[in-house]
Amino acid sequence: MINKLKQLVIYIFLSVWLLITGYPLVFLVQNSFKIRMEFFRNPVWSLPEKFTWQNYIEVMKSGFYIYFINSIIVCFISVAIIIIVSALASYAISRIDFKFNKIVYILFLAGMMIPIHSTLIPIYKITLSMGLYDKLSALIGPYVAFSLPISVFILTGFINDIPYELEEAAIIDGASRFRIFRDIILPLVKPAIATVAIYNLTLLWNQFAYALVLTSSPSKRILTLGLFEFQGQHGINIPLTLTALFLSVLPLILLYVFLQEHIIKGMTAGALKG
Amino acid sequence: MNKKELMNNKYFIAALFLLPAVIFSLVYLIIPIPLSTYYSFFKWDGIGAMEFLGLDNWSKLLSDPIFWSSMANNFKLVLISLVVQIPIALFLAVLLTRKIKGASFFKTIFFVPMLLSSIAVAFLWRYMYDPTFGLINSFLNLVGLEQLTRSWLGNSDIAFYSASAPIQWRFIPLYMIIFMAAISNIPKQLYEAAEIDGANNWQSFFYVTLPMLRSTVVNASVLIIVGSLKYFAMIFALTGGGPNHASELMATYLYTKSFTEMNMGYGSTISVALFLVALIVSVVFLNFSKKDVRN
Repeated sequence: MINKLKQLVIYIFLSVWLLITGYPLVFLVQNSFKIRMEFFRNPVWSLPEKFTWQNYIEVMKSGFYIYFINSIIVCFISVAIIIIVSALASYAISRIDFKFNKIVYILFLAGMMIPIHSTLIPIYKITLSMGLYDKLSALIGPYVAFSLPISVFILTGFINDIPYELEEAAIIDGASRFRIFRDIILPLVKPAIATVAIYNLTLLWNQFAYALVLTSSPSKRILTLGLFEFQGQHGINIPLTLTALFLSVLPLILLYVFLQEHIIKGMTAGALKG
Repeated sequence: MNKKELMNNKYFIAALFLLPAVIFSLVYLIIPIPLSTYYSFFKWDGIGAMEFLGLDNWSKLLSDPIFWSSMANNFKLVLISLVVQIPIALFLAVLLTRKIKGASFFKTIFFVPMLLSSIAVAFLWRYMYDPTFGLINSFLNLVGLEQLTRSWLGNSDIAFYSASAPIQWRFIPLYMIIFMAAISNIPKQLYEAAEIDGANNWQSFFYVTLPMLRSTVVNASVLIIVGSLKYFAMIFALTGGGPNHASELMATYLYTKSFTEMNMGYGSTISVALFLVALIVSVVFLNFSKKDVRN
């Protein structure tokens, strides 16, 4: 009896949080199917009188799909570069004894403390002088730089755990460091690379400040900035804006549906190992 | 040195491996700090000529009440986040690690806010806060609490707290997952021993779970403290720092000064101040957490 009661109390608490977490999302979806006037006429929690895709069509027609493409391009290129650059650095820190390993490692980690917003003005200036302003490629440099500390941290930890004997034979055979890195280390750190990839992909997908400062024309907007500008233009049409909002969060949610455990592991990796 | 010797020199090889990472870090992480410091001595609109001001921007900063209130808001946010996120995340983690049906369903849904961008969360909450059409006021009207309805983001007395709520909402799942992982690592024997000693649920929480989670809680707190200095997008999209700077953070203030008012000299001064605050806080608290882990 007491156990039953306890269970009930647990479920009540969980359901309250379920409502707090889940209802805003339901609110988002259900109102995205309403037309503008209906939203003003009926209470916000009412179901749409008639389901309509009108808002979805209108959002896509406004050029919103370009923002998806831009976000995908920038995020994937950045993550690919992050993986290569951080794996190379982590290998040197973990395996080549060059006396300053510890200091170099700590300096990389110290990068985590720098608040990105305190670098916006110089990065804006640097981007202008490189001639990259208002180009998608302007975002890649800052994305890579700010993902490096945590990526080097995760990968170095992982490489440190690989037994050294695996490389010893190759070194005796006279294989170069680059071959050892490519043929022995890289295949072994694949799980860590997957974690680094997911961690950075989700983080960069939701990044906003750099795009705000480094791009200006609509054709160069990434998704977060596109949503921001869309809200600025259509904010009064609440159901339409909610539709854009829902579309903008859909890709990660879909990914989450299929790769839930990987996503949770990837997104909490920085925190769990720190 | 010929090519072969060079390729056998471990310093040279290490430098090659490190070179790409060092270049990215130098250009986008390290150099911006001295560069900002340099800009902070000038009056500059970002495009035109720079006019040397000496320490004028800095003395202006020290007597700028908005800067100080934005810094105070940053620290208030740290406090709110600690007091709200840690207990709720811990509570949910404890519930979800008990053997109950549907735990994985709840966990799956609870994590979703982490997937949304700060901009999406901000706009979602903006529509929940809408004075006329928002979910919150509509709900209060429905249950007969009209007197509680208000302009959540428009009233400068409460705007900061309203704007802090979505930050809590988004990040609680992160700490919930961290605590769940830590709880599942606690050896079962400890609970069995406590049970044999006659401990009830509360007692085994306070005498087994909590002490075993000590270092995790400390680490999570450090993450919250250091992270709270980095908030920008959510507040920027939700209130823009307003009304009348009521919800201003250091980052939103420096953005407005630099990129809206195009006063990049003064914006750089705020940037350097933000960097210094983050540096001091990080050094203090990272040290603190390291000591704790060693104990």
